[in-house]
Amino acid sequence: MTFSDYLFLFGGMGLVTYLPRALPLLYLAHKQLPQWLIDWLSLIPVAVLSALLAPSLFTDAVERSFSLGKLEFIVAIPTLLFALKTRSLGGTVLVGMILYWLAGMIL
Amino acid sequence: MNFRDYLTKIFLSENRSSLHDGATAAWPICLGYIPIGLALGVLAQQTGLPWWAVAMMSILVFAGSAQFICVAMLAVGASFPAIIFTTLVVNLRHTLMSSALAVYLPGVNRRFLSLFAYGITDESFAVNMTRFRNEVWDRWRALTLNHIANLVWILATITGALVGQLVPQGAFGIDYALTGMFICLLVLQLNGRIYIITGLLAALISVYWYVLIPGDSYIVGASICAATLGYFLQRYHRRIK
Repeated sequence: MTFSDYLFLFGGMGLVTYLPRALPLLYLAHKQLPQWLIDWLSLIPVAVLSALLAPSLFTDAVERSFSLGKLEFIVAIPTLLFALKTRSLGGTVLVGMILYWLAGMIL
Repeated sequence: MNFRDYLTKIFLSENRSSLHDGATAAWPICLGYIPIGLALGVLAQQTGLPWWAVAMMSILVFAGSAQFICVAMLAVGASFPAIIFTTLVVNLRHTLMSSALAVYLPGVNRRFLSLFAYGITDESFAVNMTRFRNEVWDRWRALTLNHIANLVWILATITGALVGQLVPQGAFGIDYALTGMFICLLVLQLNGRIYIITGLLAALISVYWYVLIPGDSYIVGASICAATLGYFLQRYHRRIK
């Protein structure tokens, strides 16, 4: 592919990536939001995080089936306890990585 | 506001600099982006993309999962419209995140918002929302965080395209960096019973959705369902009180 092929493809992808990120912000930041919307939006982060995380802990990505007792899930338990106790983002990342690394070598 | 004012704001706002705070908050994201960026670079290079095309892609399309899908689709010879359409579908979830961020950026000028929107990813969204909620955080720190994460991502993907074959797979548990980050961010969001319930609902719905329905709709689908159920539960609870 030539330079202009790539530019065309990535330009198109960039546009459809940027617009969903920009339009709601540009529109909603200049509106007086109703209370119900603020209440609903305040529940979105926890819901999004949980929806991003849970399938990676409880399912097999290749077969797309339930998978209990994955290494990712087992490591998540002490990592979660560490996060609850310390509330440290950097610390939790490091603890999770070390435990996952060690568990991968042992199991 | 001109470019110099932007820089002044980023480097010298209030007592601590936004650069310092933004960078401190960004490093867990960067730790997660480096291995994924390297992996993407290697994959792209093996598919036949030159390093400058990887750089162009990371600059124009700052969206990890869409970039992986793009490389995979190029490898099987998919058409440009198919790739662009898939990118749109995969990135629609950011409309939800962008809407939630708007609550913390009321009345901010459109130039700032246009610049800020470029850096909204799953990771920067989660970290910025948590910071906005729990501590002193402002839009300049949030913007700095977005751009540092973006810069690290661009550099990681280019490095992957150039020298990625030399990095051993799965070294130091680095594959778990983003999972660890999401776990802690989830904990930081749990500010009451309704948040715990919503989180559990989202986990349950997303797992079932992921198994039953192909594609990536589980993120948006489960988030909207869980937040809506949580909202009505909260309202019901308030009413009977």
